[in-house]
Amino acid sequence: MAMTIHVDIVSAETEIFSGTANMVFAPAQMGEVGIAPRHAPFITRLKAGQVRVQNEGKEEQVFYVSGGVLEVQPHVVTVLSDTALRADDIDEAAALEAKKRAEDAIVNRQSEFEYAKAKAELAEAVAQLQALNKIRKALR
Amino acid sequence: MAGAKEIRTKIRSVQNTQKITRAMEMVAASKMRKAQDRMHAARPYAAKMRSVVAHVSAASLEYRHPFLIEREVKRVGYIVVSSDRGLCGGLNNNLFRMLIADIGQWHDNEIGVDFCTIGNKALMFFNRFGANIVSQATHLGDAPSIESLIGTVKVMLDAYSDGNIDRLFLVYNDFVNSMTQSPAVEQLLPREPSVDEEVKHHWDYIYEPDSKEVLDQLLTRYIEALVYQGVVENAASEQAARMVAMKAASDNAGELIDELQLAYNKARQAAITQELSEIVSGAAAV
Repeated sequence: MAMTIHVDIVSAETEIFSGTANMVFAPAQMGEVGIAPRHAPFITRLKAGQVRVQNEGKEEQVFYVSGGVLEVQPHVVTVLSDTALRADDIDEAAALEAKKRAEDAIVNRQSEFEYAKAKAELAEAVAQLQALNKIRKALR
Repeated sequence: MAGAKEIRTKIRSVQNTQKITRAMEMVAASKMRKAQDRMHAARPYAAKMRSVVAHVSAASLEYRHPFLIEREVKRVGYIVVSSDRGLCGGLNNNLFRMLIADIGQWHDNEIGVDFCTIGNKALMFFNRFGANIVSQATHLGDAPSIESLIGTVKVMLDAYSDGNIDRLFLVYNDFVNSMTQSPAVEQLLPREPSVDEEVKHHWDYIYEPDSKEVLDQLLTRYIEALVYQGVVENAASEQAARMVAMKAASDNAGELIDELQLAYNKARQAAITQELSEIVSGAAAV
């Protein structure tokens, strides 16, 4: 029997492929790589492109990835695919936006987190809930 | 028939409320199923991420990434995942209560806390108490996408890399089953090695292009995956909690209607009896 390697292709929102293959081709950042069974441990970034999985019958299945990470263990290949389009400047812009949103949302901020006040108010809410439960039970 | 009309109006109003709560219950039930599907769909990625990162920490790395190294704690960060809307029982309150207890230990040691809030409820809660919110995301909708979280999470990761915070935690409601959701605090950074990881023999990866860049991307994705997992778990928890809360509300409305109906029947019977006795006594007088 020919040697095979287990392949998992997953993205954050769903599992894309899981099965065995003779050979896997992936668009690594520094050029396409072909992974055969018993490859040495290897980890690389992927760029946008096709991941091709060749099964025992030499048939190929093709998956598109927009980037991600490829991890190779001697008998397992894992493709962690990105779902979103990623680039450092896009990420940076998103981060700035998230910060700005936070600043916009904050009104009349006190200097320090009023820990005691928060604790007291939560305790009150919990006490109210417990009282409600008690009343409800008493009515039954 | 004094009072009977008022009682009838009251019954009708409670019935209307019951219709609404029952509709909300059914909507929550169907949304919960979808949210659960999304949660299960996200699990393989998170699981694979965990195992790859476990491999990375087990390998004897030529480069130690700051995300893997423990350092002295001067300031901590929390990513708090909450729901956008209320009417879901004590879900958010329970979470905040546990979180406040957790923050207490930092507070006692005079260690500052930064917050990153996801969801409207957490934003409003921490805003009211003047907490230091450094980034936020709200209105992720029923199907949260990982894209909407990237920026929010990056703010915290940058803060960690720049040394502004020395630990990062994730707080969310863990979906156990449709009746049980438990608030959970998980340490994201520095990554805590799990118990079953031990170095058996020394080996390392072949890196392409080099270990720093690869690890940077990998560990960023790792944290994002964990936060995303927390968000979808929390979304499923929210719908489950709402379903239970609305079911309780519908049941209570039902009981109330029964009681009011009884009171109405009594009032009606009393009025008829009174009328009859008036007619009888009138006839006797003639």
